[in-house]
Amino acid sequence: MCLSVPAKIIEIGSSGWQAKVDYLGSHIDVGISLLDRVEVGQYVLVHVGEAIQVVDEELAKESIEIWKGWLDEA
Amino acid sequence: MEGVARRSMMGMAYRDKDIFASLCQKMLPVLEEKKQRLGRKLRFMEVCGTHTVSFSKTGVREVLADYVDLVSGPGCPVCVTDQSDMDQMIAFAKRSDTIVATFGDMMKVPGSYSNLYKEKADGAEVRIVYSPSQAVEIARQNPQKQVVFLGVGFETTVPSIALSIRKAEREKVRNYFVYSAHKLTPPALQPLIQDPTHQLDGFLLPGHVSVIIGRKGWNLLESLNEPAVIGGFEPIDLLTSIYLLTLEMNKERRSVVNNYSRMVRENGNEKAQELLKEIFEVDSVKWRGFGILPNSGLRMNAAYQSYDALTNLPVDRPVTKGIKGCRCGEIVKGKETPFGCPLFAKACTPENPIGPCMVSSEGTCSTYYQFERGKEKITY
Repeated sequence: MCLSVPAKIIEIGSSGWQAKVDYLGSHIDVGISLLDRVEVGQYVLVHVGEAIQVVDEELAKESIEIWKGWLDEA
Repeated sequence: MEGVARRSMMGMAYRDKDIFASLCQKMLPVLEEKKQRLGRKLRFMEVCGTHTVSFSKTGVREVLADYVDLVSGPGCPVCVTDQSDMDQMIAFAKRSDTIVATFGDMMKVPGSYSNLYKEKADGAEVRIVYSPSQAVEIARQNPQKQVVFLGVGFETTVPSIALSIRKAEREKVRNYFVYSAHKLTPPALQPLIQDPTHQLDGFLLPGHVSVIIGRKGWNLLESLNEPAVIGGFEPIDLLTSIYLLTLEMNKERRSVVNNYSRMVRENGNEKAQELLKEIFEVDSVKWRGFGILPNSGLRMNAAYQSYDALTNLPVDRPVTKGIKGCRCGEIVKGKETPFGCPLFAKACTPENPIGPCMVSSEGTCSTYYQFERGKEKITY
């Protein structure tokens, strides 16, 4: 039930409460009022119609690189 | 399509077969060594139905099977909803002036005498929604009716339900109510840790609950010095989280490890936390299998009583009775596997579920039915 999916913000509504996101090619309206600030192009985690977090893409890359680096250690 | 491609790239990194295989080569011997030292397999509990599904669906459960028993815990909100709450929800559906709005998972969950699906077939107005705000729209379009949203969920889901109440307030929708059966996850782990008959070596904590409550939301586990790792849902997330749990076992002083930092922050989503405090108050509530757990649920607070279905819409709730033969109460505590239930895959199937753990797609019985049948060697 806590299933949530990452989707890309493609448009922010004029009310500031809603945004249009791209999820696997579908364009869906989601609420954004649980987030402090969100920008077009960012990825957000969507759960039951609300964005609940901004995905930290830098950390996403960094974390996998850390594991890859760990593999390269002797 | 650019979005699709980029999302895939980000997700794919945590599904990379070669990296996964290399990690296995280095990590599985560490699990084996720990197993040898203990003289038994490691036993970690996952506290999230999405983790239960992911372990099976990705095959990681099988990769780990020689070293680790993965014990499914209270990670499915539908499954831990008490029978008396189900009866209350069904009683709302029986009111002739009421529309019940609910997530689809709840439709076939059995009450003592009926379920929402049967009530709908008998003429009750029960509508499935994907988002709580849709329920407010239903209320607006049906001013002559009372609309009750069935509030079932953990910390991940409650902020969205809180927003629906705010929306109703803002738009002056007076016929919208919520029945709050919401649960808080950390208080359910304490009795499992303190149960002397429950040999658990640590907890894989729910990633999306943690998005809301943050790493620091698990202070309770840290104070109990329990090995615990917050993890994501891709194969590399699952494997590395189990490895990190094993390393935590060796430490004298443990802290909750955040292995899902791309989504989970130290303080969580503070805006969502503030919203919950504004609308709800913590209460001691009843869980299926556990009984009443101190400070484990959320009720509407005094300022929002006018949106509380329980106080505003009286119903005749029948006397609650248990489901004969169903082992869900033990399964949600990880004290029993679905294979230990005499009804599993015989009388109880996803088409005709007898207990809630078979209803929700993330219930332990449903997951084991889909992915683990024929592997009855799984024991706790």
